Amino acid sequence: MNAINEHWPDASDEGVLRLITAGSVDDGKSTLIGRLLLDSKGVFADQLQAIAGSKYTRAPDQQYDLALLTDGLEAEREQGITIDVAYRYFATPARKFIVADAPGHEQYTRNMVTGASTADAAIILIDASRAADGALLPQTKRHSTLARLLGLRHIIVAVNKMDLVGWDRAVFDRIHAAYRDLAARLGIDGFHIIPLSALAGDNVVQRSEQTPWYAGPPLLTLLETLQPKPDPTDRQARFFVQWVIRHNGSGVDAFRGYAGQLQGGGWRVGDAVQVLPAGIPATITRLLRGTQDVDEALPGDSITVVLDRDVDISRGDVLTNAGTTPDLRQEFEADLCWLDQQALNPARLYWLKQGARLTQARIQMVQTRRDIHELRSIDWNGTLAMNDIGRVRLRTRDALALDDYDVERATGSFILIDAATNQTAAAGLVRLG
Amino acid sequence: MSMTIARSTRTHLDWLESEAIHILREVAAECARPVLLFSGGKDSCVLLRLAEKAFRPGRFPFPLMHIDTGHNFSEVIEFRDRRVAELGEDLIVRGVEDSIARGTVVLRHATDSRNAAQATTLLESIAEFGFDACIGGARRDEEKARAKERICSFRDEFGQWDPKAQRPELWNLYNTRVHPGENIRVFPISNWTELDVWQYIEREQLSLPSLYYAHERDVVRRQGLLVPVTPLTPPREGERPERLTVRFRTVGDVSCTCPVASDAATPADIIAETAVTTITERGATRMDDQTSEASMERRKKQGYF
Repeated sequence: MNAINEHWPDASDEGVLRLITAGSVDDGKSTLIGRLLLDSKGVFADQLQAIAGSKYTRAPDQQYDLALLTDGLEAEREQGITIDVAYRYFATPARKFIVADAPGHEQYTRNMVTGASTADAAIILIDASRAADGALLPQTKRHSTLARLLGLRHIIVAVNKMDLVGWDRAVFDRIHAAYRDLAARLGIDGFHIIPLSALAGDNVVQRSEQTPWYAGPPLLTLLETLQPKPDPTDRQARFFVQWVIRHNGSGVDAFRGYAGQLQGGGWRVGDAVQVLPAGIPATITRLLRGTQDVDEALPGDSITVVLDRDVDISRGDVLTNAGTTPDLRQEFEADLCWLDQQALNPARLYWLKQGARLTQARIQMVQTRRDIHELRSIDWNGTLAMNDIGRVRLRTRDALALDDYDVERATGSFILIDAATNQTAAAGLVRLG
Repeated sequence: MSMTIARSTRTHLDWLESEAIHILREVAAECARPVLLFSGGKDSCVLLRLAEKAFRPGRFPFPLMHIDTGHNFSEVIEFRDRRVAELGEDLIVRGVEDSIARGTVVLRHATDSRNAAQATTLLESIAEFGFDACIGGARRDEEKARAKERICSFRDEFGQWDPKAQRPELWNLYNTRVHPGENIRVFPISNWTELDVWQYIEREQLSLPSLYYAHERDVVRRQGLLVPVTPLTPPREGERPERLTVRFRTVGDVSCTCPVASDAATPADIIAETAVTTITERGATRMDDQTSEASMERRKKQGYF
């Protein structure tokens, strides 16, 4: 084996595609990632040697237990399961990939939410031998629900272990039909589906001779062609002030700039903006990327903005294009993924972090809870426990500049933090309706 | 308002840079007493450039700190002090020697690796200054336990990492809240690989200690590694020193860091070599990571970076 990264993207690359794998326990998620890394030459010789010599190997002689490439914790190796998200990196001539290998156990759903919140695409694995009759497992429903909720742009259904069902097209077609039904019920616009064997490497990097009936590309080819982010041109700029940079306040080179990461649309010097929540108008006189002056900034850029007038702006304030205001609200609805072992308690105050704004919030009411098995929301007047998803009504101490999560994530997402333990208690997705 | 900005023309380095700057600004804003760990190594040199981009023309909102094992290569210490002076920022140095003098670090042999002992000195320094966030240059591609670590990694009052009870980390909303005595370790370049780091060093024209580039050095071959011949790592019986052209992929403690054979003299040379290497950075260079399948995980559970 040689030439691990020889096809590393150059300066004209497509940026980064972030992936998450999801599925039930033993569907072969870690093995699939191991196979992707191995066949795209993303594994180093000493890493292979280390797993070959591992006392925890589950592979027969002469084979690598590829799951050990990502199951890096002692407890994971002992138990042969994935406990926490592992992040792995590889590249092809087309682009660089960041892969989050998330656990399949229901008790670790929160770790999947962690991986999915930053992912562009989800690979949902289905074990063909366990779903041969077309009945999907609860975790397939759960993970598809989460992928839809968190707004992942691409869903790839990897029908794994096709070798165990003799590469039977009828099995694949039954699973395809069942997933089409699931996707329709969840409101998933479209998905890709690939018959493969992670263990043997069929249709992972190379097209398999076992599936003459499959017309699509192998998994890696598909991943290379997915668009990572929506085209920014039709979105509106959203910018949380993270940090105010002041330098030499009374000197000739006095500087006052607002540092943060631009989301939504782009900005140019001379653009009219407004400062929220105060609603003050201003004009951009300088844009800096790092220490360099630039003419324009794109979504995702960490920049520093200088305005044409002295305005009272502090951390947490939001700059937007003039005339494109998010909603300013203290009361709103949101979907919560409850992640903490301590259940939601409506009597308590939680810290709420949205963008660079930290405030306090109370959950006034739980309205509905998502039934993962029946794929619908049901009226609910109880609490939310760990791994529950529900629609709630919140009230915050300060007015927040909000967008619907599906419109703009930066202003549509938040976390709740338990004020006593400091644990991250919930992921929140703003639903303005 | 019309906006006609075309689709993104940013490269993966731009993406990584923006993410890291965002993280640095969040931690600076939310934590009461952050500190940036600067060893003079390549990853921490990248962190300093990112901090310049995050906070200039202002000063850094945190001091720099080096936990000195006392077994560093002199070129690295000279480079460290020169770089700090150029930046005009504050550097705190705390030594494993001091912990040994206090009796809080006990080594079996005077020449043992002090790499793991750094954890004790780090925890003592965190307590001394009341730091609630320690920003470091660790990357997830370095090691399998690091691949599991969050960008903002919570440590309890004993400095311990509990991999089974990590805080969920959602979107780019980092939870930096800690109680007194606890801290978070922050890794802004978590998503970078060794190759990304070298591409960035080339793009930004960052200066590094000379050890990173090809030079001649006496080494002995031991267990597949090239062990540098130094007063701390003398040849063992039967070993014959050779004069080779080598470079260091990582510059840690003298007693446990090995160079690789290479005549790469510039970042571009190193990028070309890194692109085709078949051995990981740690696999090629570290004696102390190879003792067990979980040596890094165990050290991190005890407060190691």
